Amino acid sequence: MKQRDYRKKISLSETGPGDAGKTGSWRILRPVIDPQVCIPGRRNAPACYICWLYCPDGVISRTVPPGIDYQYCKGCGICAEECPTKAITMVEESSLLKE
Amino acid sequence: MQIIETGNVAAALGVKLARAQVIAAYPITPQTPLTEKLSEFIESGEMQAEYVPVESEHSALAVCIAASSAGARSFTATSANGLLYMHEQIHWAAGARLPLVMCVVNRGVGAPWTIWNDHQDSISQRDTGWIQIYANDHQQIIDSVIKAFALAEEVMIPVMVCYDGYILSHTHMPFDVPEERLVDEFLPPYLPPYSLDPADPANLNTVTMPDVRPDVRGDTAPGYMEIRYLLHKDMLEAIPAFERVEERFRSVFGRGSNPYIEPYRCEDADYIAVALGSLSYHLRDVVDTLRNEGVRAGVMSVHLYRPFPDELIARALSGCSGVVVFEKALSYGYQGALCSDIKSALYRHTGEPGGRPFVVNYILGLGGREITTPDLLDAMRSSCSPDGGSGDETRWIGLRFS
Repeated sequence: MKQRDYRKKISLSETGPGDAGKTGSWRILRPVIDPQVCIPGRRNAPACYICWLYCPDGVISRTVPPGIDYQYCKGCGICAEECPTKAITMVEESSLLKE
Repeated sequence: MQIIETGNVAAALGVKLARAQVIAAYPITPQTPLTEKLSEFIESGEMQAEYVPVESEHSALAVCIAASSAGARSFTATSANGLLYMHEQIHWAAGARLPLVMCVVNRGVGAPWTIWNDHQDSISQRDTGWIQIYANDHQQIIDSVIKAFALAEEVMIPVMVCYDGYILSHTHMPFDVPEERLVDEFLPPYLPPYSLDPADPANLNTVTMPDVRPDVRGDTAPGYMEIRYLLHKDMLEAIPAFERVEERFRSVFGRGSNPYIEPYRCEDADYIAVALGSLSYHLRDVVDTLRNEGVRAGVMSVHLYRPFPDELIARALSGCSGVVVFEKALSYGYQGALCSDIKSALYRHTGEPGGRPFVVNYILGLGGREITTPDLLDAMRSSCSPDGGSGDETRWIGLRFS
């Protein structure tokens, strides 16, 4: 059996963004970062990055301030839980839709 | 080379000749001597393979799944509750499309605890997506193990080779051990179409969406349902593939026959008994006696049970007046699974209801209850008449209530 044919018969994920599709559509709570409270945001310098470290999906960037890729963020809330300054708030997606 | 050995040794020799590279198994009666023999072969250096001792059957099959995913030819064996303990991984191996081979040395299932032979263990794994082959004697065990690797690797579906505990596993019989050189010709080293590669990592069989999805390259990757549909489709394609394997086997080793069924005195038979495994050979004695009494009886064993060669089986049975299915297992609350499958095949492939043979179902030998020739003869005598098929309830042989 050729590898090309075989790969159509099994579930095989390679490393890379979004092999499970645009998983951001799973999200019901959106993490929103307040740059006034966030340590790198407040200092305007690379620091902390606890959210980047803990994010299980690798969708938070090590930038000033950190950015979140909402195409793939599933809204698990680990970043908000771990943020030492409580700079991340989980906001209902439905409330954002109404805006 | 002709030798006289047990069925378990026949299976172990088949695995050795097939040059399996990884073996993981947990001992359970009556499979134990098979895996002990394999570990002896490896320990003595006669066989180049990794033997992975494990703490359970679930782990045994998990090891084989991992080894096969890494591209190794892998084998395990078990019986009864050990097989049931693997159940989750049995489905997994089929969905992952890994060409494993497993011997199931058939034994009854607890409760109540039993160590004796029936077919409930492998029959209850019928719907897992594994190919199931039933062997009738020692020659068929060793040959089936070798053919099973060839078939599994052609269609990328795992195969169970099932044979009767004790009746075959622990009895000595003469059989031919194929020459190593010829087995190498028939079964070249396994070249996996895909295997795990640390330089190009991948995640296999993780959560798969209900719908199809674009993969990292932007190609459409199959969803769960596509993967399962292809397993079914390829199972059906394994029917002609088995014939091709059998033909190749015949051309290399000079022996072989119908890979699906084994009919005996069925050509002109009015009544045909059907069974899986060694029971079909026991029934040959009964058929001979009935023939001497002027009853045109025959017996047919089913070698390939999944995928079910329904059209061929219906054709083999359509000319007779009655089919008598003897089973050492059943689907509780209905009837024997083989009986249901045969009825379904006849319904699909024969004409008007009046033109179909009747089908009766006998349940016998559960948990090793002795199956005697006079009992089989009585059952056949009462079924082999124009009204022998009246009543649709399963008939039980050998029950003793005081």
